[in-house]
Amino acid sequence: MKNKSLVSIDDLSTDEMVSILDLAEKFEKEPSQRLLEDSVIATLFFEPSTRTRLSFESAISRLGGKIIGFTDASSSSVTKGESLNDTIRTVNNYCDLIVMRHPVEGSARLASEIADVPVVNAGDGANQHPTQTMLDLYSIRKTQKSLDNLNIFLVGDLKYGRTVHSLLMAMSRWNTTFNFISPDELKMPVEYKLYLDSLGLKYYEHSDFTDIIKEADVIYMTRVQKERFSDPIEYEKVKNVYVLRNHMLRDTKENLKVLHPLPRVNEIHRDVDVNTKSYYFQQALNGVYTRQAILTRLLDLK
Amino acid sequence: MKEPKQLSVSAIENGTVIDHIPASALFKVIQILGLDKISNQITFGTNLESKKLGQKAIIKLEGIFFEDDDINRIALVAPEAKLNIIRAYEVVDKNVVKVPDQITGIAKCFNPKCITNFEPVTTRFKVVSKKDVALKCHYCEKITDQEHLVIL
Ligand SMILES: [Zn+2]
Repeated sequence: MKNKSLVSIDDLSTDEMVSILDLAEKFEKEPSQRLLEDSVIATLFFEPSTRTRLSFESAISRLGGKIIGFTDASSSSVTKGESLNDTIRTVNNYCDLIVMRHPVEGSARLASEIADVPVVNAGDGANQHPTQTMLDLYSIRKTQKSLDNLNIFLVGDLKYGRTVHSLLMAMSRWNTTFNFISPDELKMPVEYKLYLDSLGLKYYEHSDFTDIIKEADVIYMTRVQKERFSDPIEYEKVKNVYVLRNHMLRDTKENLKVLHPLPRVNEIHRDVDVNTKSYYFQQALNGVYTRQAILTRLLDLK
Repeated sequence: MKEPKQLSVSAIENGTVIDHIPASALFKVIQILGLDKISNQITFGTNLESKKLGQKAIIKLEGIFFEDDDINRIALVAPEAKLNIIRAYEVVDKNVVKVPDQITGIAKCFNPKCITNFEPVTTRFKVVSKKDVALKCHYCEKITDQEHLVIL
């Protein structure tokens, strides 16, 4: 790989993305490969994120690697005022690769410039979370057999949703049609629409969550959070509008899959879980294979 | 009658005159070019009348010639600045500043959650628009536009 670290999804060329997805497929077939037997991986969680941490630790464990690190900043020297620079320089001595999650945007890029070992960004504030995007791509490719010519519906908070922005940027490398369904307050920011325009990709915006979804190959649901609304009345008006129910999937396409980065609150009703078109729990499992692929690729083991 | 004393700073023999600096940006330009740290003869004029800028400033530098990359660093604060290159008291060349493709230091990232506003790290930007200046932060990837531009 050109970059030894994975900080932003834009760090990967399309070929590198595809190659990581191919490798992840091999890990899905054979998850236990002792490729990290002699490696120590640091997982530095400056803010807690249990799901992401467990997924990384599962990936590292299945590869036979050792894990050092902390699970939130309160249990580390960071609370004593140590700078990110000093923490990274120190940890750099003890490990072969750093996985880090940090609430401050750009922290992973800075860490990658300080560290000699590769850095994997496991989320830097509202900025980037590239392994999430890679597992989303893996899930889409696996269920749709290809990343080409898909119609992807992004639903919910499209204004602040980091995962949908990264997914849009990644999927825009293929011939994708996008449909955006959101309340007016949480519409897709104009810079992303301009970007799609510049590539000549089609997108459609809707404020109603209706049977328009019968055209979808993928529905990617996100949470509409109360704190995003300046007016609580506006939230009350929309909070039950962007909820997916099982009956809404009745006339949808055979190949449709419903994705969600998890955790969900009420935006996907539990009655959807039994539908074979729901895919969010398998999607989370795919995160382990994808992370196995990313770790071994960055360490030049695969 | 005694001749009135001429100021020795009115003209320069060899060097650069930077004209059309907004008066309010003079001290930023001095700082960006590090003019407070060199020993050459330098003359500043400020609050001079300008049809274009209202109040402009001018800097005359004896014995100093800039590389494009160095002088273009002032484009963020003095986008209209013009350079006159002087040799033997004559203007031998004229130049305008151009907004560069990359900006290192100089500007502050407007994003309060950006690492550059927490740790002592030099800011870095990719210039994504030159006309209405827009800078994409190398770290947080957010865009700082002209309206939010703060010079360090
Ligand atoms: Zn920034």
